[in-house]
Amino acid sequence: MKFGLRRQIPLAWCLLTRQPGRLAVALAGICFAGMLMFLQLGFRDALFDASIAIHRLFNADVVLISSTSSSSISMEPFPKRRLFQAASWPEVESISPVRWGLLVWKNPETGSPRGILAVGFDPDDDILSLEGLAEQKKGLQLDQRVLYDRLSRPEFGPVEDWLKSGRTVTAEVRNVRVQVDGLVELGVSFGADGNLLTSNRTFNRLLGSADGSSTSIELGLIRLVPGADPKTVATVLKNALPNDVQVLTKSEFLAFEQDYWRSSTSIGFIFNLGAAMGLVVGAVVVYQILFSDVVDHLPEYATLKAMGYSSMNLVTVILQESLLLAGFGYIPAFFAGKGIYGLTRSATNLPIGMSSRMAVFVFAMIFTMCVISGLLAMGKLRDADPAEIF
Amino acid sequence: MTTLHPTSPHPLVSIAGLNHWFGRGDQRRQVLYQLHLTLNPGEMVLLSGPSGCGKTTLLTLIGALRTVQNGSVEVLGEQLLKARKSVQQRVRRQMGIIFQQHNLLRCLTAAQNVQMGADLVPGLSFGQRRQRSIDLLAEMGLKDHHGKLPSALSGGQCQRVAIARALAANPRVLLADEPTAALDRRTGREVVELLKRMATHHHCAVLMVTHDPRILDVADRLLQMEDGRLTTAQAALQA
Repeated sequence: MKFGLRRQIPLAWCLLTRQPGRLAVALAGICFAGMLMFLQLGFRDALFDASIAIHRLFNADVVLISSTSSSSISMEPFPKRRLFQAASWPEVESISPVRWGLLVWKNPETGSPRGILAVGFDPDDDILSLEGLAEQKKGLQLDQRVLYDRLSRPEFGPVEDWLKSGRTVTAEVRNVRVQVDGLVELGVSFGADGNLLTSNRTFNRLLGSADGSSTSIELGLIRLVPGADPKTVATVLKNALPNDVQVLTKSEFLAFEQDYWRSSTSIGFIFNLGAAMGLVVGAVVVYQILFSDVVDHLPEYATLKAMGYSSMNLVTVILQESLLLAGFGYIPAFFAGKGIYGLTRSATNLPIGMSSRMAVFVFAMIFTMCVISGLLAMGKLRDADPAEIF
Repeated sequence: MTTLHPTSPHPLVSIAGLNHWFGRGDQRRQVLYQLHLTLNPGEMVLLSGPSGCGKTTLLTLIGALRTVQNGSVEVLGEQLLKARKSVQQRVRRQMGIIFQQHNLLRCLTAAQNVQMGADLVPGLSFGQRRQRSIDLLAEMGLKDHHGKLPSALSGGQCQRVAIARALAANPRVLLADEPTAALDRRTGREVVELLKRMATHHHCAVLMVTHDPRILDVADRLLQMEDGRLTTAQAALQA
């Protein structure tokens, strides 16, 4: 006799909904677990994502960096000559030398110093696919002019407000006075909570070069002729150039930066641990709820067995309960997660948001959590012995 | 073989040489001794005796709720000695059971509780099973109560719902274990009389364990048990 396919009394549904207090506790627990997972994993992804916000915008197929550079916060200089050497390959269409470094910026209002990421490039080159840059970069032809990232932390000063109110904003960078010529939108990351774009000439001056020239660069951008394979060219260049530089394709360059944050710091571990904590807390709550549900109904479950319901029928009921809990607990968790992301985005400028991948992943975790709790609680069903209820 | 009642052509339950023990090793203690018993269609048999004499154990063995250790227990054509789980379940589905406590699911309405029994009947649609549950409740005098939760019903009403649930699976045998124990005198009497009427109406044999002397007169046949042995048989009590 098959019972699974017939419409029957929705016992699992009734067990949950006719005990609203218990249901509320269970849903609160699941919702909390879900929120915690959304929060922790969201932060993790956002931080990893933010770490390559600028990298992604670079207009390049192949990138040269110093072989001693390990990440965006420790970019070492290498001879500019290497980039010109690379330019002699027929596959290379154009090159752009880029300077990169954390420089001390003094808040124009309070004068307090703070490290800001400065990127210097030739204003004639088109190095970043950034909105508003093409119109504004001409201004960088003038010395001591910079473009300021409006998403930089407020600790750098009220640059945007002053600029919008028509004031001329000047600030000291490494004790050299610069003028903010315009605003761009880049975003903050682990390494840099403020960004500055300028010409390489200004950049060199900030580093103390009197005439604004330098033989070193931190980043060499190489664009290839259409049809050339970046991987092949990178390999060729790697073999040809001296080993004071690393040759990376653009995607390798992005991975290089993310790998640093992933493996050389405990950020990933900390956030994963936070998410795991959420999972454990949720599992304990759901287990407690289902377990006490089974214990409270032991005589009734035993009666059902005495009537001829199989253990499988009862197991199914518990499983249905845990699936219902997973479904109904996820919905508020999803919206709470969305809300938290919104708040975080406006408070920190981190690129955090509800991705469909994240939504599915957290649902899968909650689902697993509820099923495992359900399976553990089922052990108690064995105590529902129909011979003992008389 | 000394049966306590002449064997009719097709008994629903026939027990021969049934022994049962509890515990193991040194603690092993015999609770049932060489029982012989038959239950025929349409009969209402009452089993009484002092508490602890083994009545309930016998009932759980017939109900396929406990494993038969020794002797023959044939219920509805199935031998329960060394029976597999699937056989036990099949037998359970064809029997109605009523307990001392009503054991209704607190989260289900009266009608839904009855339908938990009706859901075991193959071949009926959800609507038909639902209608059957409501009809049974009406027969039990609970016409206006089928939407109520057990907490909103009195003890006697809950026990009547439990009887309806037991009957909903179309059982051929109804086993009842002191169904009146938790009820007051008047309600207990009503419930038993109703049970008898319903059993007759639905062509269902009843084996009821009780030590309530006030209800012995409803029995077609009375069995007495003492220290694990059946002692007397008073056939056709009312005759």
